[in-house]
Amino acid sequence: MSDTIVSLPDPSTARIPKDNFITRENGLLSWLLTGDHKRIAILYLISITFFFFIGGALAGLIRLELLTPQSDLMATDTYNKVFTMHGIIMIFFFLVPSVPATLGNFLIPMMIGAKDLALPKVNLLSWYLYMTGGILAIVTMATGGVDTGWTFTTPLSTHYVNTNVLTTGLAVFIAGFSSILTGLNFIVTIHKMRAPGMTWFRLPLFIWAHYAASILMVLATPVVAIAIVLVALERTIGIGVFDPTKGGDPLLFQHLFWFYSHPAVYIMILPGMGVISEVISTFSRKRVFGYTAVAFSSVAIAVFGFFVWAHHMFIMGISNYAVLVFSLLTMLVAVPSAIKIFNWTFTLYKGSITFETPMLYAFGFMGLFTIGGMTGVFLGSSGTDIHLTETYFIVAHFHFVMVGGMLMAFLAGIHFWWPKITGRMYPEKVSQLAAVVTFIGFNFTFFPQFILGTLGMPRRIASYPPEFQVLNVFSTAGATILGVGYLLPVLYLIWSLKYGAIAGNNPWQATGLEWQTQSPPLTENFVVPPVMDHEAYDYEWLASQQQAEKEAEVSHDG
Amino acid sequence: MDHISPTIWQFLVKWMTNFALYPPEASKIAPQMDALYFFMVLVSLIGLTIVVLLVTAFSILYSKKRHPVAVQIEGSTLLEATWTIIPLGLFLVMFVWGALIYFRVFTPPANAMNIYVVGKQWMWKAEHPGGQHEINALHIPTGRAIQVTLISQDVFHSFSVPAFRVKREAIPGRYTTVWFEATTPGTYHLFCTQYCGTNHSQMMGDIVVMTQEDYRKWLANSTSGMSLAQNGERLFASLSCAACHNTRPDARGPNLAGVYGAKLPLASGGTVIADDAYLREAILNPSQHITQGYAPIMPTYQGQISEEGVISLIEYIKNLDSDYRIQQTLNTTDMLPESEGKAPSAATPAASKGTVKP
Repeated sequence: MSDTIVSLPDPSTARIPKDNFITRENGLLSWLLTGDHKRIAILYLISITFFFFIGGALAGLIRLELLTPQSDLMATDTYNKVFTMHGIIMIFFFLVPSVPATLGNFLIPMMIGAKDLALPKVNLLSWYLYMTGGILAIVTMATGGVDTGWTFTTPLSTHYVNTNVLTTGLAVFIAGFSSILTGLNFIVTIHKMRAPGMTWFRLPLFIWAHYAASILMVLATPVVAIAIVLVALERTIGIGVFDPTKGGDPLLFQHLFWFYSHPAVYIMILPGMGVISEVISTFSRKRVFGYTAVAFSSVAIAVFGFFVWAHHMFIMGISNYAVLVFSLLTMLVAVPSAIKIFNWTFTLYKGSITFETPMLYAFGFMGLFTIGGMTGVFLGSSGTDIHLTETYFIVAHFHFVMVGGMLMAFLAGIHFWWPKITGRMYPEKVSQLAAVVTFIGFNFTFFPQFILGTLGMPRRIASYPPEFQVLNVFSTAGATILGVGYLLPVLYLIWSLKYGAIAGNNPWQATGLEWQTQSPPLTENFVVPPVMDHEAYDYEWLASQQQAEKEAEVSHDG
Repeated sequence: MDHISPTIWQFLVKWMTNFALYPPEASKIAPQMDALYFFMVLVSLIGLTIVVLLVTAFSILYSKKRHPVAVQIEGSTLLEATWTIIPLGLFLVMFVWGALIYFRVFTPPANAMNIYVVGKQWMWKAEHPGGQHEINALHIPTGRAIQVTLISQDVFHSFSVPAFRVKREAIPGRYTTVWFEATTPGTYHLFCTQYCGTNHSQMMGDIVVMTQEDYRKWLANSTSGMSLAQNGERLFASLSCAACHNTRPDARGPNLAGVYGAKLPLASGGTVIADDAYLREAILNPSQHITQGYAPIMPTYQGQISEEGVISLIEYIKNLDSDYRIQQTLNTTDMLPESEGKAPSAATPAASKGTVKP
């Protein structure tokens, strides 16, 4: 077969290595008390998948309600709770931890040639914090929910709703610490645990992206924690920081909230960009085009990402000159994203390309993220923002970035590293089909929303003028297809745990250190601590390595 | 078409007749905003086409079948500089163009006719200077610059008129403004686009744009008999404001005639322009806004007076001998037929003489 790079060991003799991180210890407690970054990654993978499907079911309810112009499926209060919980669960309990806590946790130590993260117990603690927050959020939802919108806008959240604002806030507050600890752990690990020879500019771009995202997690998350505490104090003892009748400023909350929640967008997307760099390089057998530019563009996104928050408030009566500054900075943050897209595109140039599932998802990412990014510029330009903000244009924009971008990247990464994590291949044909179904379903769901937004349809409404119906029907129909696209991987990935082909160490012929060890890896990752003596994405080094192994085998046989 | 189910058929017919890619352009700013919008759509389409074409072309040319061995390339400073500088340049054009429109939308012309709109859970209440009240509707004439002064009585709301391409947040405790000039008579959507609680979905209304002639008729037929300023005068009396704000030499509060738009020295040092925002604050939170020479004895009116009441009081104060009164009276009452037009403006200054003028 010339159209695939997959090279599997001989199925008649191949076995999953007897000793690996999954088989080393048994029993539930060995998982719940583990310090192993790979096991914690799996705990995260199971839990975020659970939250993703709850968030997804809520999205399904939203789309069903919007099938008709009337508010008929549920009471408006229920609808408000549904979209609020959809946002809270998807953002705080799926998107923020998705790639970093699963793939990042599993791969960062392996990619830099370390045994584990620098702080294994802190890593486990962050999973427990995440679960505490997550379960609290679910309990809150089951016992009445909350209807402030995921943005907790004051004074609605402080004075005007009687739902579970405090417990939901507490859930987000706790989950925030999980995120801070994960970011901290990554920063320390990347600084201190790199293998000999692993210089900064030999790091895979996945690491650079996670490093940038970690800085954002550590520096931005405390601000949302402060904002939540202030909301709680205002609700309970009425301190009035956000209350205009006590001399407070209701807009201050939005400054604090977006000071976190805008960088949070980059916390969500940067790790996904890291995945795309790895996948595109591997399936075009080429070093990433302009490695340094891609690495520094991650850092640039993280730095600029801190100074654009007020673009969420262009129509809120902040000073016109503040609008100028934040609009300009928003334009600047779009540039590194454009650089990345073009660098990935030119990585394909003169490559030797194959189209396995991760690559299909990566292509999907590039197309959808380009649309998501460009429509972000519509909103960053202060003039057009007036018309488009707070409408379905915004909804479509961030779903293109978060779902079209991040979720595609997450699925690309899960498929790409699935053989490493489990030691078995997923079924290629059906997963390629799932990637295509997801792409089609996604576009049907969210593209019509750009038009709806341009027509002026407000976000977060349960009923709408009848002329918006047709596009909403398209969107709901698309969501159905998208749902199928997401269910398929769950089914065939579980199937592959038992029936998938044995993957061997390096089925993709990839260059990363994580591929130069057994699958699933040993608890300590490497038998001999590796030494890095080549650049990242050095396929010539890989070829010579494999050549040497073959020769050794031949002389051994002889 | 018998074989298509009637429901689907009706649906398709409805779609074809209603289908639009962008809303009607019913204000002066709308075509300008759309020009930038379509410029951005064009740039996005070109950008997307370039990416898609390159990815497709490379995927075909350099698939493993055709191109079994990859050629390792480090990068290219020239190419990378190109795709840094060109997007940056385009983004900067969009930034400048957008900022020009932004400043236009939020800088009302001096002669704009002012209408107050109060947002509250879950309705829009419009207060015309002539005393016409509307709920979830706003009647305006074509060809006149209209300034809407917004405030919220409770949570954030957002005043959105897609056909005009304008939107402005209504914020509790703070006036915000937006202006537009309607060009085409018709009925357009007024939305609340900021989520504001249970019935946010129902907080919708109509903007009715009328020819100037129709608007005159509408004004005449919907008058409540009392202008905002007259209502303010009534409140001024019932809240006993005149007990202090009078012209006696030993008056405990400043005389309010001519105060609107004036530069006032503050007790805390510095000066302030007495605009709507200042007057509102001085009524609700007086101890923070004492003018020089007066003791901080005024009680707060927070919670005793609705936002509409504050607006009426401000309109009344504006009407006390300031240029603003003349301006606004000219702006709003010249729309009225001769007989009604005189009523509100003539009554107010006459009445005010008795309370605060010497």
